[in-house]
Amino acid sequence: MEAAGKKEPILKVQNLGIQFGGLKAVDSFNMEIGESELVGLIGPNGAGKTTVFNLITGVYKPTEGSFYLNGQRMNGKKTHQIVDSGIARTFQNIRLFKKMSVIDNVKTAMESKLSYGLFHAVFRTPVYWKEEKALTERAEELLKIVHLSGMEDYEAGNLPYGQQRRLEIARALATDMKLLLLDEPAAGMNPTETEELLEIIHFIRNEFKISVLLIEHDMSLVMKICERILVLDFGTTIAIGTPEEIANDTRVIEAYLGKEDEEVEADAKSE
Amino acid sequence: MTFSLFIQSLINGLNQGAIYALIALGYTMVYGIIRMINFAHGDFIMIGSYTLFYTIPLMINAGMPPWLSVFLAIVICAGTGVVVEVVAYKPVRKAGAMSALITALAMSLFLENLAMVLFGAKPRNVQKIFDLPSVRVFGTSLPMNVVLTIGIGIFMMAALQLFIKKTRMGKAMRAVPQDRDASILAGINVNKVITVTFAIGSGLAAVAALMYCAKYPRVTNDMGSMMGLKAFIAAVLGGIGVIPGAMLGGILVGLIEIFVKLFAPGWYEAITYAILIIILLVKPSGILGKNAGEKV
Amino acid sequence: MERRVKISYVINFLGVLGVFLLFVLLFESRIFGAATQYIKGICTTACYTIIMVASLNLVVGCMGEFSLGHAGFVSVGAYASAIVSGALTGKGLPDLALFLIALLAGGIAAGITGVLVGIPALRLRGDYLAIVTVAFAEIIRVCFCNFSITGGGKTMSGILKLSDFYWCYWIMAACVAVMYLYIRSRFGRTVMAIREDYIAASASGINVTYYKVLTFTVAAFFAGVGGGIYAHYMTAMIPTNFNFMYSAELLSEVIIGGIGSLTGSIIGAAFLSSLPEMMRQFSQYRMLAYSVVLIIVMIFKPGGIFGNWEFSLVRILHRAKKKGHEKAEGGVQPWKQLERKSRY
Repeated sequence: MEAAGKKEPILKVQNLGIQFGGLKAVDSFNMEIGESELVGLIGPNGAGKTTVFNLITGVYKPTEGSFYLNGQRMNGKKTHQIVDSGIARTFQNIRLFKKMSVIDNVKTAMESKLSYGLFHAVFRTPVYWKEEKALTERAEELLKIVHLSGMEDYEAGNLPYGQQRRLEIARALATDMKLLLLDEPAAGMNPTETEELLEIIHFIRNEFKISVLLIEHDMSLVMKICERILVLDFGTTIAIGTPEEIANDTRVIEAYLGKEDEEVEADAKSE
Repeated sequence: MTFSLFIQSLINGLNQGAIYALIALGYTMVYGIIRMINFAHGDFIMIGSYTLFYTIPLMINAGMPPWLSVFLAIVICAGTGVVVEVVAYKPVRKAGAMSALITALAMSLFLENLAMVLFGAKPRNVQKIFDLPSVRVFGTSLPMNVVLTIGIGIFMMAALQLFIKKTRMGKAMRAVPQDRDASILAGINVNKVITVTFAIGSGLAAVAALMYCAKYPRVTNDMGSMMGLKAFIAAVLGGIGVIPGAMLGGILVGLIEIFVKLFAPGWYEAITYAILIIILLVKPSGILGKNAGEKV
Repeated sequence: MERRVKISYVINFLGVLGVFLLFVLLFESRIFGAATQYIKGICTTACYTIIMVASLNLVVGCMGEFSLGHAGFVSVGAYASAIVSGALTGKGLPDLALFLIALLAGGIAAGITGVLVGIPALRLRGDYLAIVTVAFAEIIRVCFCNFSITGGGKTMSGILKLSDFYWCYWIMAACVAVMYLYIRSRFGRTVMAIREDYIAASASGINVTYYKVLTFTVAAFFAGVGGGIYAHYMTAMIPTNFNFMYSAELLSEVIIGGIGSLTGSIIGAAFLSSLPEMMRQFSQYRMLAYSVVLIIVMIFKPGGIFGNWEFSLVRILHRAKKKGHEKAEGGVQPWKQLERKSRY
């Protein structure tokens, strides 16, 4: 299924794959994400979803295929270069700068926006003050979006879990990306927090016109928020479609619950 | 370069290399199992050497062959290793790799300076340990010492390999670096494994000390650190954590040093260090080692 | 906000000036009598050691990586500055200018070395990085042993004694101030993020290699400046002065003082460098004591004595003012008990 609209897709992935030794973690993966799209990437554990994230952010180098951001080929580029080109991500296991303050976590992601050099830093010139002030204001704005206002100076590692997840999103937003990759953002959240997360994702998509690719196991969130869903199993796509289509796709059900024949056989044997 | 000079250098290189190999065995064993560079390992050579210095005259007086004193040296080195591990390394083990490294460094400084305080800064000379003949080979004389050193090295290496592969403790020693938590769950007493590893590693240092003193009888309190570093380079070159790698690395480093010394005597040390840098940048797992990645 | 910070800079400057005036008073009033010159010398030793230790703390504390080859950069600075001052002497330059130019030359030479070493070395981490820094420092030492301009392995002597304590104090203060400002700017913030989690830092758009090499180079620069002061104080030196032992000593001082605490580096370096002089008769026990203290610190307080606490004159004044306000407000709210970090 192609991306909606006539515009060039933000992200184009063609036959991407990676092999670790004898194991093909991701195999012939294809995907297109258009502007302002909300796409979900689901699949059973170990299907290779985070590996896909790692591939398109340059953490792993693909052994086959290529991917393009805004038409530009990104294979082999370093992570920070890919981030500068417009992809940002959050991590499954939350990788915050724990000992730094909340606002510093966000500020570090805006590093490439700063232009003052050693001279200005050391002599504390007006250029330094102006840029740092602008940085602080933007960081505070972003924290407001993820409902973390007032928490700026607390140590990131001391925040409750749900807030840490939202901080990671703020940090990713700070890179001014066009495509945001969220790796299980609702993991460990209660229904209220998940609802809040939903609002935040909708807000940032509408406000900043960014595309979001979401890995998630919480099916209610996926069904509510995603416009299109890709299902991954054993490193390869087994289904693409709208939430309704996916919910009724037999291959998807099999992947999550196992083949019906096998179940019947097992039952028969145990009798 | 004449043929006899070549052979002579080859022999010197092999001798030097075998000594490095023996020292490297201890490093590689400890790193392979505990994933820690024991900076103080070179100083165990020093402890062994001082022990030999004091016990060899006693042996000679008692009418026994001087090399038997190595057994006492092994006991003392192994014992010191265990004490060091329990007193200094164990409390720091959970604190992270940096703390472990610094503690090992501090221990090395401590042992060196303790030796200086106890034995004085003046170098001592160990008496002749082996009175072996030299054999004429290819026009130059090959001291049997060299053959003995290499032989002991190969023997130690083989013995260690057998121990690691066949015994229960050896299996435990292979399990611990793979997954410490799983090892505990499997019923392995990790603390005991680590202590035994240190004991063996330090004991090996005593054997290395024996062969070192046979060639270079001079014993000082700081002989350990530089030699330890070179032996560490040998271990990394051959593949740190891989036992045959220590042998291979040691011989290579010894040979390279001796041959470079022939052509550029002021620079041979720099070459050894340059080798280390290149290996670590190009193939950190060493010649015989395997690569391990990091999970994101 | 900005005004508050600028005022704090002024307060700190006044504090530094105050300490300087105290020293001037002590020395000019001849209170130490015949020992004045000797004690001035110890203070000069403390000055260059402080610069060296603080610069190493940039790497160890701020960047979270090991350098066991810092003495190599010190030696580059020492030799470069000695050569420059030797070449420029007698050209009619006032002593202070000569000194500063020589130190700058030393710093730049060490900085360049820092880039050359940093680019390959910083690809590694942890244990391996530590070993590689030792290797590089040893290669530098071998180089100096082989160049005739640096004495060819023997003592290089006849260096001008330009290290006057009063100058060195201000040079030290300037260096530490620059390092502090570096840490409290985008550079320090980025490097600390790299230390916390380099993968996350990368994913936030940070060019990890660039910042690591940059910080390493800045640290090397200041090590070189320290080396320059060393050279012009000792007036003679030999490559083995800058061996692994010296690197280990500097690293111990960083750790004992406090990883990530410039205050700890200052106090630790000042104390530990003057200690050998004060304990002259116990000199052989010095390194022994160092190593024992280091082991004890590692076991009981791995972050170092000061941890990453920084002394702040402003904070003391602030607390005094706050105690007055608190009594009026009627107690602190429980939510506020979470530690708040101070901004620059």
